[in-house]
Amino acid sequence: MSSDGAVSGSRTTAGATVFPGPAHPDADVPVHLVDPDGVRHPHASYDPLVADVDGAALQRLYEDLVVVRRIDAEATALQRQGELALWPPLLGQEAAQIGSGRALRPDDFVFSSYRENAVAYCRGVGLADLLRVWRGSASSGWDPYTVNMATPQIIIGAQALHATGYAMGITADGADSVAVAYFGDGATTQGDVNEAMVFAASYQAPVVFFCQNNHWAISEPVGLQARVPIARRAPGFGIPSVRVDGNDVLACLAVTREALARARSGGGPTYIEAVTYRMGPHTTADDPTRYREAHELEHWAARDPLARLAAHLDSLGLLPAEYADAVRSRADAVAAELREACISMPEPAPSALFEHVYSEPNSWLERQQDHYERYLALFGATSAEGPR
Amino acid sequence: MSVTTFGRAITAGLRRALDEDPKVVLMGEDIGQLGGVFRITDGLQKDFGSHRVLDSPLAEAGIMGTAVGLAYRGYRPVVEIQFDGFIYPAFDQIVCQVAKLHYRTQGAVRMPITVRVPFGGGIGSPEHHSESPEAYFTHTSGLRVVSPSTPQDAYTMIRQAIACDDPVLYFEPKRRYHVKGEVDESVGTGTPDLGAARVVTEGTDVTLVTYGPLVTTARDAALAASDDGISIEVIDLRSLAPIDYGTVEASVRKTGRLVITHEAAQSGGLGAELAAGITERCFEHLEHAPVRVTGFDIPYPCSKLESHHLPDLDRILDGVDRALRRPNSLTGATPGGAR
Ligand SMILES: Cc1ncc(C[n+]2csc(CCOP(=O)(O)OP(=O)(O)O)c2C)c(N)n1
Ligand SMILES: [Mg+2]
Repeated sequence: MSSDGAVSGSRTTAGATVFPGPAHPDADVPVHLVDPDGVRHPHASYDPLVADVDGAALQRLYEDLVVVRRIDAEATALQRQGELALWPPLLGQEAAQIGSGRALRPDDFVFSSYRENAVAYCRGVGLADLLRVWRGSASSGWDPYTVNMATPQIIIGAQALHATGYAMGITADGADSVAVAYFGDGATTQGDVNEAMVFAASYQAPVVFFCQNNHWAISEPVGLQARVPIARRAPGFGIPSVRVDGNDVLACLAVTREALARARSGGGPTYIEAVTYRMGPHTTADDPTRYREAHELEHWAARDPLARLAAHLDSLGLLPAEYADAVRSRADAVAAELREACISMPEPAPSALFEHVYSEPNSWLERQQDHYERYLALFGATSAEGPR
Repeated sequence: MSVTTFGRAITAGLRRALDEDPKVVLMGEDIGQLGGVFRITDGLQKDFGSHRVLDSPLAEAGIMGTAVGLAYRGYRPVVEIQFDGFIYPAFDQIVCQVAKLHYRTQGAVRMPITVRVPFGGGIGSPEHHSESPEAYFTHTSGLRVVSPSTPQDAYTMIRQAIACDDPVLYFEPKRRYHVKGEVDESVGTGTPDLGAARVVTEGTDVTLVTYGPLVTTARDAALAASDDGISIEVIDLRSLAPIDYGTVEASVRKTGRLVITHEAAQSGGLGAELAAGITERCFEHLEHAPVRVTGFDIPYPCSKLESHHLPDLDRILDGVDRALRRPNSLTGATPGGAR
């Protein structure tokens, strides 16, 4: 493993290159519109896709980035204080999630992993709903149909197939909405993700595969999953792909809009690799100092998605101090609301154990519930409250 | 002899196996540099190299399928599945290949693969991190399924599992990783047999059979019951496939009553198998129908409700009361209320 966390791409045996080079997961330069210093670069193909993004729209993206980062920090703090059992921070990945999430229409449908809390925010998921699963209060946070976003998937990669199947349904219905699958670099190894690409290509399904390559799958560097940039895989399945700077919110918006437009117009699936970095631990239970070096974090801190957009806004004179302060206050208010929603969340009743296992109540489960009720009665309790 | 934790005992067993047999290779997600999410393989990659302790790409079917290939080639793969709920992508390889290759090839090909699975609940985790999938595997002929409950067994049984020429699923009760106990590393891999059950506490009134995480709970229940003058014989199955019916049967012939407890759901679980097996073997000695105290027939619930789902001391004793026809949850409240 090299110090940047990547497995060397061209290990040799007896002088022969095992894999044709250049073989490194970061070999290809991603599409970007705003560089890390905030300087906007023209791009012939993608500029037209964001021509409507004026100063006010840029400010709205900035507000999103600030707020979701603040939500993430508050949730992390709530975990540290014992109010949440676990939290998967998205620190560093805000631009990838907001850029793509804000490109979607309400009638598009998202299938995500556990880390896409900023996408959920874009979909309109309520603050308490973001936390229910992580507090251990419910098996899911929200009804997928109210926000057109499935509840987050923990089984790595499974949702890529779900998005593809949903997209097949969109086609069958003659609709022009799109299904979007979010997954990580680690997930690209799973059979489910690869099978999803075959199905999507075969049926030309209106699905966008949005891979956030944050360079790590818990302790495993992306080089263990891919010897070449992940985006290069999709064309082998017959799916056009693009590698985008995942810390450039404008570029993420542009490439996602392109992919959505292709899907809506019958052009089939697109694969986006958003190159970003997981600045925090895998989850609050993880200790990244065991497997990655501090200088890597420094490298990426200099490419911070929020600092980048701030620099860009500043260069346009769109980040006066009072505005920045107001955005920060708004984010703090959202954080306070999140905290309150967390702490005041009702405790689930034991009777919930037996609900929704099947579409209809059934006798054998009722027997178990009835027995448990009688058991609780020994303690003078009922399953609406419980003994402990 | 030294005092160590359950988790460290597994580490020591793995280390010993890597030391003794160059064909032993460890495979799994995050097991190298990180030492696994539970740190069971901590330090092993550093000491034995990344050709012996492999960080696998993130795909359980891939890990299990390549383990099959390595076994074909004469290796002894020891696979770590990160959490119980992540074994299912590998299910096809385990059931269709690992379990059947020896039979299919009429003994020509051996599959000495060990699959380590942290399992069970009680650690406050989200979905897919607290499951008890053992019955899927005990139902599959060709697999051996074991679950240690003490640091000594953790150490001895991982070595036995690796040395075994059959595929072994080794279920680790993850909520007991930090439990401490004496471990004698000089104990050989000969006895007790990997398939043998163990009588944990002797008793005369009821036989209480369990395995893995609930052995400690069952022992505590036996202690509590002795205050009420009830004598419980606790049996730790250790091996779930095959089951050491000899030990269980001998106990039931003595007590006449059988209570089985496990975290896994009731329907089609180990409790059903034991109840049937014992009823067939010594029906005439039973004073009461076998009683099961198990997780409910539901998907594993959110962590705030898991203490209701998991059998605990009180629920086990309620099962004991049923077997003894003492006042219990089905007959109505005990005069003195709950224990
Ligand atoms: C089938 C399955 N195997 C293993 C895991 C354990 N696990 C949870 S997250 C993770 C790493 C995922 O990495 P990546 O896909 O890059 O997503 P990221 O966490 O970086 O967002 C692993 C191995 C799991 N949840 N599901
Ligand atoms: Mg990742």
